[in-house]
Amino acid sequence: MRIAQLTQDKTGATVLGVLSAVTLIIPLFNLLFPVDSFLHFSAYTVSLLGKYLTFALLALSLDLVWGYAGILALGQGAFFALGGYAMGMYLMRQIGALGVYGNPLLPDFMVFLNWQELPWYWHGFDHFGFALLMVLLVPGTLAFVFGWLAFRSRVTGVYLSIITQALTYALLLAFFRNEMGFGGNNGLTDFKTLLGFNIQSEGTRSVLFLLSGLSLIGAYLLSQWIVSSKLGRVVTAIRDQEARVRFLGYRVEMFKLWIFVYAAMLSGIAGALYVPQVGIINPSEFSPLNSLEIVIWVAVGGRGTLYGAIIGAVLVNYAKTVLTGLLPEIWLFSLGAIFVIVTLWLPKGVVGLWQSRLQERAA
Amino acid sequence: MSLSSLSPLGKALLFILMFLSTSFVVRAEGDVFAQSLNKLAQGGMQEREQAMLEMAETKHARSLLVLQALLDGKLLSLKSDGKLVIGVEQAEGYQLKDALTDSDLGLVERSNVAKITMTNKLRGTLRKALGQLELSAENPEIRLAAVKAMAKDADAKDIELLKNRLNQEPNVKVKEAIETLLLLDNMRSTDRELRLHALQALQALDNVEVVNRLETMLEKDADGNFLESDLEIRQKAELALKKIGQRKQVYSAIETLFFGLSLGAVLVLAAIGLAITFGVMGVINMAHGELMMLGAYTTYVIQQLMPNHLGWSLLLAIPSAFVIAGLTGIAIERGIIRFLYGRPLETLLATFGVSLFLQQTVRSIFSPLNRSVATPEWMSGSWQYNEFLSITWNRLYILIFCLVVFVLLLELLKRTRLGLEVRAVAQNRTMAKAIGIPTARVDALTFGLGSGIAGVAGVALSQITNVGPNLGQAYIVDSFMVVVFGGVGNLFGTLVAGFSLGIANKFLEPYAGAVLAKILVLVFIILFIQKRPRGLFPQKGRAAEA
Amino acid sequence: MSQPAVMGQSYLDVGGSRAIHDNSLDVSHGPVLYLEGVSVSFDGFKALNNLSMYIDAGELRCVIGPNGAGKTTLMDVITGKTRPDSGLVYFGQTIDLLDMDEPAIAQVGIGRKFQKPSVFDALTVYENLELALKTEKGAWRTLFHRLSGEQQSRIEQVLETIHLQELRRQYAGILSHGQKQWLEIGMLLMQEPKVMLVDEPIAGMTHQEIERTAELLLSLQGERSLVVVEHDMEFVRSIARRVTVLHEGSVLTEGSMDEVQNDPRVIQVYLGG
Repeated sequence: MRIAQLTQDKTGATVLGVLSAVTLIIPLFNLLFPVDSFLHFSAYTVSLLGKYLTFALLALSLDLVWGYAGILALGQGAFFALGGYAMGMYLMRQIGALGVYGNPLLPDFMVFLNWQELPWYWHGFDHFGFALLMVLLVPGTLAFVFGWLAFRSRVTGVYLSIITQALTYALLLAFFRNEMGFGGNNGLTDFKTLLGFNIQSEGTRSVLFLLSGLSLIGAYLLSQWIVSSKLGRVVTAIRDQEARVRFLGYRVEMFKLWIFVYAAMLSGIAGALYVPQVGIINPSEFSPLNSLEIVIWVAVGGRGTLYGAIIGAVLVNYAKTVLTGLLPEIWLFSLGAIFVIVTLWLPKGVVGLWQSRLQERAA
Repeated sequence: MSLSSLSPLGKALLFILMFLSTSFVVRAEGDVFAQSLNKLAQGGMQEREQAMLEMAETKHARSLLVLQALLDGKLLSLKSDGKLVIGVEQAEGYQLKDALTDSDLGLVERSNVAKITMTNKLRGTLRKALGQLELSAENPEIRLAAVKAMAKDADAKDIELLKNRLNQEPNVKVKEAIETLLLLDNMRSTDRELRLHALQALQALDNVEVVNRLETMLEKDADGNFLESDLEIRQKAELALKKIGQRKQVYSAIETLFFGLSLGAVLVLAAIGLAITFGVMGVINMAHGELMMLGAYTTYVIQQLMPNHLGWSLLLAIPSAFVIAGLTGIAIERGIIRFLYGRPLETLLATFGVSLFLQQTVRSIFSPLNRSVATPEWMSGSWQYNEFLSITWNRLYILIFCLVVFVLLLELLKRTRLGLEVRAVAQNRTMAKAIGIPTARVDALTFGLGSGIAGVAGVALSQITNVGPNLGQAYIVDSFMVVVFGGVGNLFGTLVAGFSLGIANKFLEPYAGAVLAKILVLVFIILFIQKRPRGLFPQKGRAAEA
Repeated sequence: MSQPAVMGQSYLDVGGSRAIHDNSLDVSHGPVLYLEGVSVSFDGFKALNNLSMYIDAGELRCVIGPNGAGKTTLMDVITGKTRPDSGLVYFGQTIDLLDMDEPAIAQVGIGRKFQKPSVFDALTVYENLELALKTEKGAWRTLFHRLSGEQQSRIEQVLETIHLQELRRQYAGILSHGQKQWLEIGMLLMQEPKVMLVDEPIAGMTHQEIERTAELLLSLQGERSLVVVEHDMEFVRSIARRVTVLHEGSVLTEGSMDEVQNDPRVIQVYLGG
């Protein structure tokens, strides 16, 4: 990673600095200061901020696909949810005999459905390493198969957007089915422990928060390196003039596929970090609305910058927390308004707005 | 002509006519009826029997009611004056009505009335008299019900009655029911020839009762012997069952096809407006589903305003929904979309914002709960072709409605000035502008047209599903799939795609279940688009290459 | 050897070697590019109608013809953008271009400059050239790609040829139309193709730039084969040895500029008869 290049972009460096500070300070303060100190963050706050960090990672992954490769994917939430389910399956297996029915092997919902055996695809999820592998592989494989089919047949633009939406919609319907063996409507919940640590405890939450922050920082640096590599330039070129890139001898579909799969894996990681912090994963994560919300995070922040996605995810989600807390009715109105305002007046998001202000002042 | 196909007004007229014509006869028979009723109350067993038969013969409008009450033990006499009343038993006593005049006599304690006693012999006579009465009732549906009731345990008397009735029965359905019953009775006979003959005739009938009877014949008793001992008859029965089974399969295929077509009609209705905005204008309108929702809510509101005229309110809802959704569409186009032409992805996001806005608006006004919109009588129920095939009216109406909307739209695009301009702008915007077509106005009107049709689709949807804020969301993915599958810019493609997806869905359902069928169809389309990115009927020519 | 094929006679040995994918270019028979009986129709309109044409190795060929004669479609067919309905297109004796897609054709050595300059506006001049550089073009290779010293000097060389040294760090989006044309020519040079298809290279250029372009194109022939499509007759005259005239999707005539200009059919086609 060329540090010089990173620091050239002041906004990016600032975001990275703030991110690192938050990631370290919150767990550190919780370690140092007693519970009643005002410098001690409540479990609720830590989980909430941790959730924002996972959303920021998810937004970052979409920015790679949309901001850099120009693919408006309306199904990014599907990869997030799949990563979340993979982690959820591990957490379910961890419950073991502590469940309501006390079955050491079968999760409660399977006992409830009168299932006698663990389905084959649940095997292995009792190993944390295996689960982690699946967090990457399941979204990655789906993205690979889907992307390979779609990009090779040169489905682009709104068609691609619509079929990505159809993909997540199909998964939504599938995961609602009890027969799928993922807990149907209720999803996976009532988790107890993670690697033997109580998932509710403040310590575990602080560690999860720290991990979310570190993952985001790591993903940001890696992605920054990727987009500033030659591959990043090819991808940008594809975004602007796909057909032309082919005549230079690049297999456009392979580059799109590469970035799409990489982004899907990042989303999977985000989902895996999200689930233990909120304590539940259910099919609603697959809903097309969720995936569209991710798009608006990126749009609000400013696409094609990576840090814009992070800023946007935190801003929009903070607004969501505040507004739904104040008056739930307002939230959808606001979200609708954000969609319209950003597309009409803020094509480069708040980052773009801020940068043009800076330029004005400099001039 | 069936009653259900009449308009509400027509039905009202018919009803008045029927009422007038019957009221004259009633008076002449009234006296006889009253006398018989009297005899029934006071006479001995002999007289009672006679009274019943008389009553059955008068065909007085109330005879059927009174005799049925007698059979059910609901015919009572008041201890005070011996008057005959019909009582409905309740916790505190009997709710009484005058047997002669039907006037309400209020609630009476149990001890104040006595049941009209019956013997078994009387009961037999009564049943026969009732059957006779019902069989000759004015209304063919009552006659049909009578035959069906007899089918359960027809005795020789009933059979005699039915045989007599058969020749004078004018209604085809009733006649068929009687014939079926008589044939089934023949199967009970000891005359082998008669049975074989009956079997031959039975295999042409589409009747659940026949299937049950034939299946019983092929069953074995506890000792492993066939219930039917005659081998040839068993074989014939098996053959008959097979033949009926084959027809049943055909009927069920027809039924599935119809369900598929009606689902397809809904999809086409939902997608056709989108086909215009997406296909003709290249605009991705994510608020399309919410425009349908507006149409459905329009239907709901109009129904609330005129609750006593369901049919009229529905008819009125069609233009209203068109106007409301259309105006909303024009507002969206003028306010947002026109700034985003040539940027389809941005349009998608902005209109999605609009959809959230509309959803929440409806939620705030009408609450998040589903509202149910009533279906007018002439649209509810179903048309029974035979026992294996029935078609629900509302779905049939929606199918017809869909085709009407489609044809109207095609004609509009083909024959009107607006249609010409819309097609011109769709094919070459710059050129259209150059020759003086006001493209901005055409855009607004095209979008309004597409949105208006979405509203009309919402009216249709309100008849088959609950009306709620999420109504639109449920259809948006499906409608996009239909448009893309059919080929963008091709209305016929949309029609074919909608119907084929609907049919595919319904044929998959029995094997895969509703949800899995839907998933399979979605996956199929995803794969299909990757094979043929331009859909079933792609736009041709050099322009499409760009 | 570059006359239109006589009926029934083919210059192409396609016998047994057709299925074999030999990426080495075989120009032993002279021509580097074979087009035989190529037809393309769009919705009934015949853009190319049984067109046959041969480009020799090292040749500079100009293709002219009125609008709609099929010039751009011809390039689309050669570069894999458009599939012909019928006909053969071979690169050398052995490489069947109809079996290949655009990137494969580009990698095997056919480069194209588009009519409308299509450089990547969001990348710098330098990065545009870097993308066009002849090298491994797989995704993983590209990710870890670092310019070698040799490759850097190659880019420098091309920058000099196209006179954009000073603008190397500028985004291509800010270039003038003529500069974009040059950049695109530069990208074509970076690809080091064996055949260059150059569609209207001088549109939007100053007189001086046009002269330099003519010089450049002439200096390339021999080493590479060039097919230049151009409307400007003066420019064509200044560079062309052989000219092919297309009309209604087929070759109307072929020959030197003088021959062609005096051909009564050509005159009729251009003046309309």
